[in-house]
Amino acid sequence: MEVKKIYIKGIPNEEFRDNEYLEKYAEELRAGGVPIVVGALDDLINWGRSNSVWPLAFATSCCGIEFMAAAGAHFDIARFGMEVTRNSPRQADTMVVAGTIVHKMAPLLKRVYDQMAEPKYVVAMGSCAISGGPFVDSYHVVKGVDEIIPVDVYIPGCPPRPESLFYGLMQLQRKIKLERFVFKVKK
Amino acid sequence: MENIKSIILKAVPEAIVAEDKQILTVIVEKDKLHHLAKTLRYNADLPFDYLAMLTGVDRGETLGVNYVLSSSKDLTKEVVLQVSTDDRQNPLLYSVTDLWETAHYNEREVYAMLGIRFINNPDMRRFFLNSDWRGFPLRKDYDPDPILNPVVVESKEIEDIAPRIMETPQGLKEDIVEIFEKDDYIINVGPQHPSTHGVMHFRMALDGEIVKKIDVHSGYIHRGIEKLSEKLTYPQILHFTDRLDYLSASINRHALCMCVEKAAQIEIPERAQYIRTIMDELNRVDSHLIGWASMCMDLGATTAFIYGVREREHILQIFEKTSGGRLIVNYNVVGGVMFDIYNDFQKDVKAFIIYMRERLTEYHRLFTGNVIAIGRMEGLGILSREDAISYGVTGPAGRGSGFSCDVRKYHPYALYDKVEFKEVIRTECDAFARYKNRLDEIEESLHIIEQLIDNVPDGDFQAKTKAIIKLPEGEFYQKAEAGRGEFGVFIESRGDKFPYRLKFRSPSMAAVSVMPLICKGEKLSDFISIGGSMDYVIPDIDR
Repeated sequence: MEVKKIYIKGIPNEEFRDNEYLEKYAEELRAGGVPIVVGALDDLINWGRSNSVWPLAFATSCCGIEFMAAAGAHFDIARFGMEVTRNSPRQADTMVVAGTIVHKMAPLLKRVYDQMAEPKYVVAMGSCAISGGPFVDSYHVVKGVDEIIPVDVYIPGCPPRPESLFYGLMQLQRKIKLERFVFKVKK
Repeated sequence: MENIKSIILKAVPEAIVAEDKQILTVIVEKDKLHHLAKTLRYNADLPFDYLAMLTGVDRGETLGVNYVLSSSKDLTKEVVLQVSTDDRQNPLLYSVTDLWETAHYNEREVYAMLGIRFINNPDMRRFFLNSDWRGFPLRKDYDPDPILNPVVVESKEIEDIAPRIMETPQGLKEDIVEIFEKDDYIINVGPQHPSTHGVMHFRMALDGEIVKKIDVHSGYIHRGIEKLSEKLTYPQILHFTDRLDYLSASINRHALCMCVEKAAQIEIPERAQYIRTIMDELNRVDSHLIGWASMCMDLGATTAFIYGVREREHILQIFEKTSGGRLIVNYNVVGGVMFDIYNDFQKDVKAFIIYMRERLTEYHRLFTGNVIAIGRMEGLGILSREDAISYGVTGPAGRGSGFSCDVRKYHPYALYDKVEFKEVIRTECDAFARYKNRLDEIEESLHIIEQLIDNVPDGDFQAKTKAIIKLPEGEFYQKAEAGRGEFGVFIESRGDKFPYRLKFRSPSMAAVSVMPLICKGEKLSDFISIGGSMDYVIPDIDR
């Protein structure tokens, strides 16, 4: 069975840049071939999953306010099926780390991540979450959340505009669409 | 001021008093500090009942603390007390917590940052840092080696015990006290939940659903801005202020710019003053809108949240067209503003004022008159005027308790002495008063913008400054009225292009420190709405 082109509503696949490894991954899948029933089932599940990603806003600082703005009427995160922000990690699919993570917060971030149910994803929003940002020289700042938990998508900006947040979240959707759910391939 | 000077010299004859315009600076021995503070606090003419700022300083040889005192009767009068100790191994000073409640958290902060312990402070845990942190970051000889303080990912149990040093007739006595009683039922609120408005952690002892006691844990977003600033030049520090209280980004930055300009004696062009004032007021509207929206959201009104964010987007668009930034605008620079305003700025702002007035009536119709909303706000979270002053609660929350504390009125900066506006004061002291204050202040801000928007003069928007700005030796204070209250900047300069010590007075810290008091005896669900009415921003507290 052919692995279908990844289709994201609102943005053509060619518009996504700097993420070729997803294409390579798709190539690999095509070469190996997929059983029809399982493949179709995967497609269906992934279509559902990627269009209802429930975020957990781990908002510590400024980026959290931009996340709120993204949830407002003007930008409307609901267009992507992500308006259901869950405050409990057990009900969330993706954790949006929005803001600086400091030494005192690091164990709690890890704990919240561990409490989330598989499959789970992490989006690092803003330069603080990516690398420590403007506070990288500080004694109390963790230099990027990827020191603590694995990150799927990085969204640069200080803070990123809601549009960039959406771009990042669509990248995540794209990633989810390629995953095989029923028989998980080893990564 | 002569009067105060004589009171000080009568109480402590050997104190060194220096007068500079409005501010009296008093250097006092550490044993005499508490006596002097008590005299000033309870003197009959002008009781200095408001501790505006408490700053720990590493003076090289000695470690010291600066207290900026003011009186609620006349906030223009200020006295600075300076005290220091030369024992760097085990520095001890006397606490002033019994005189001003706000000193409690500030002294704990000084302990975490500089290692000074305060005798008679009932709870001497470190405020921002974990209790096992090695070293004291704001000391000049602090070792920032990450091996000493590695990132730990295992959670640890919180021990509810606090060390303290008490003065007894037999001498100083160190002991450890339990924070909660033995059979208390304790729950954690925060640090990761939207209803705490950020990463605040409250440990709460409950009796059924009644709050018995609250223990505040902070520091989950402590980024060490004050230490970072000591290595950066003044224009480089500016961007940190935007990220403190991100909802009043422009105002915070304005305060630091004013402090540097005052010290370096830079004259600001008229046009820049107009632009700054208009931007500050737009920022205040923005901040109050978020405050209103998130408070309504805490009470379950999601529609109100969507409305507030929708209106705010109009301001953000004006910000974006002017400066390129939405939330963090990075607009003020030393000597003026970074860019000129765009051509249609006036038109856009006027359109916004008309739009916002309509929306305000809608807000009142939608939420203010709602029976459930009134039931959840009226008579809850009573903060008396005396407590507001003692805890240093300013801004809409302080004015909801009848404490007239608007910096724009008593210490006018920029163009606030030229415009006509009303200081919104209510005396109901409850959550509803704070809520209504915020909406009324939006109206006042629109009124201020209206008076300025048509009169923006032509000319430069930025004064020419030297490439490297060096401040003369000395200590400089500046304050501004941010969305949440008095935002203060303290710079100690040693004639260099870097500050020797930079401290920000955060209005939110006072708002949080008062939470254990006003939530005692309230229901757990009302704790959230009272927190919403105090409207604190956590990165502003932790810095």
